[in-house]
Amino acid sequence: MTQLISPLIEVTGLQAGYGSSQVLFDINLNIRQGEVATLLGRNGMGKTTTVRALCGLTRPNAGSIRFLGHDIAAKPADWIARQGIALVPEGRQVFPNLTVLEHLIAFAANRAQQADPWTAAKVFAFFPQLAERQHHLGNQLSGGEQQMLAIGRALTTNPHLLILDEATEGLAPIIREEIWRCLDALRQSGQTILVIDKYVERLIQLADHHTIVEKGRIVWQGSSAELDADHGIWHRYLGI
Amino acid sequence: MMTQLIIEQLLNGLQFGLMLFLLAAGLTLVFGIMDMINLSHGSLYMGGAYLGAAATQASGSFLVGLLAALVGMALIGLLLEVVLLRRLYQRDHLSQVLATFALILIANELARMIWGPQPLMLNAPEVLSGPVDLFGISYPAYRLLIIVVGLAVAGLLYWLVGHTRAGMWVRAGASNREMAQALGIDVRKLFTGIFALGAVLCALAGMLLGPLLAVQVGMGEDILILAFVVIVIGGIGSIRGALVGSLLVGMVDTLGRALLPTLLRTITSPDIAAHVGPALASVLIYLLMAAVLFWRPTGLFPARA
Repeated sequence: MTQLISPLIEVTGLQAGYGSSQVLFDINLNIRQGEVATLLGRNGMGKTTTVRALCGLTRPNAGSIRFLGHDIAAKPADWIARQGIALVPEGRQVFPNLTVLEHLIAFAANRAQQADPWTAAKVFAFFPQLAERQHHLGNQLSGGEQQMLAIGRALTTNPHLLILDEATEGLAPIIREEIWRCLDALRQSGQTILVIDKYVERLIQLADHHTIVEKGRIVWQGSSAELDADHGIWHRYLGI
Repeated sequence: MMTQLIIEQLLNGLQFGLMLFLLAAGLTLVFGIMDMINLSHGSLYMGGAYLGAAATQASGSFLVGLLAALVGMALIGLLLEVVLLRRLYQRDHLSQVLATFALILIANELARMIWGPQPLMLNAPEVLSGPVDLFGISYPAYRLLIIVVGLAVAGLLYWLVGHTRAGMWVRAGASNREMAQALGIDVRKLFTGIFALGAVLCALAGMLLGPLLAVQVGMGEDILILAFVVIVIGGIGSIRGALVGSLLVGMVDTLGRALLPTLLRTITSPDIAAHVGPALASVLIYLLMAAVLFWRPTGLFPARA
């Protein structure tokens, strides 16, 4: 099951923004190998900006991000991805001009040196719907299929850390449940995951610990048991 | 007689379209992946023609000239991208247009200083100087060679972009550069390779068209405008769009210029047809572009859907 070893990623005093507009003020976050962590908060509070900074898509203004012992805060996105961080972005962002199979071949790598790495065949076994649609272009898929493809595409890089930004947003309940089932399976396999999502009850079942962000600052951190026990936190910070 | 004319003009349109494709392929990828407007793309075409013509004159061999044009422009393309153009990616389009327009002026002046103001003569290889019999019509062998080479290069590019892993990265980068980077693709290196490949294709077009057109200062500007029309019609960032757009523009332009005055004579007086025909023919491709943009504002095969 979950192995709690040294931190895989350590974020300290992270500040970031867009142009003159600062979004993140002081983000501190540790995720250990094999953990599932979440980043919670209302819309516009800085969750996606945090994830973008971790992936090198938004350059931090200050603070450090250590991943596998390297400071990755000033590194380009492609270099960070090759160290083993994979993003399933908000809005899925599948490529409209690549087929399903091409999505799963083009970026494939065994970055975490796994004994049984994710391949296109393994993704097809995980998401059988994708196997049926393997020769369809990305823009010919339904929203749920695109989401499965975005997850599959990230998995074929065999990352140390998988980040999912609003992976269940806009999906039908039955498809959403399929995505949760997959995340459960990934957790069981020991995959380290950072999830941003709105379904707190489901996240409590899935994750080890949670971080709540409000206006670019961390306002609460704790375990699933602590979050489950205090619904006042849900109401105060998540509007539930 | 009319059938022969149509077949001949169809072949000419195909040949012109394929040469346009060689230019448009590099241009569309540069624009599509890096969002970079490179007005100096036509100068690479001119540079290839000049290098090839000079090397052919010096060596007496068309093949040596071709090799010199391809290798020379690949190196110049690499140098240009690494030293100058990569500094422009993060700039706005106006800066890119101004900087690459400056490159056109510099390239033109350099060509004038090195080879003088007079056009350079570049002859087709002796063995291809005569006509061949094709579908019962006599067609210049050299033009046929251009069609064969153009088709072969289009096929090679289709395979490269459509069926290799590097081609998948190129398509992914053209559609969503940030996402391609987030998946580990070094888009800068990829772009350097694409730019060098684009320069080689320009050089090939310049060298092949050299014996048909004059190798002269400014030859890149006219064809650059057509190449931009092609990528707008085909959809920015799409190789398939560049091919279809090139063939459409090549055919419409060639057939329009050859047949429109004749067709007009059947509905109006020869005098009016003689005046209106060429003028109307010269704007046909722009009408085509307007029509495509009206129904498909992002072009026929946009990389970014």
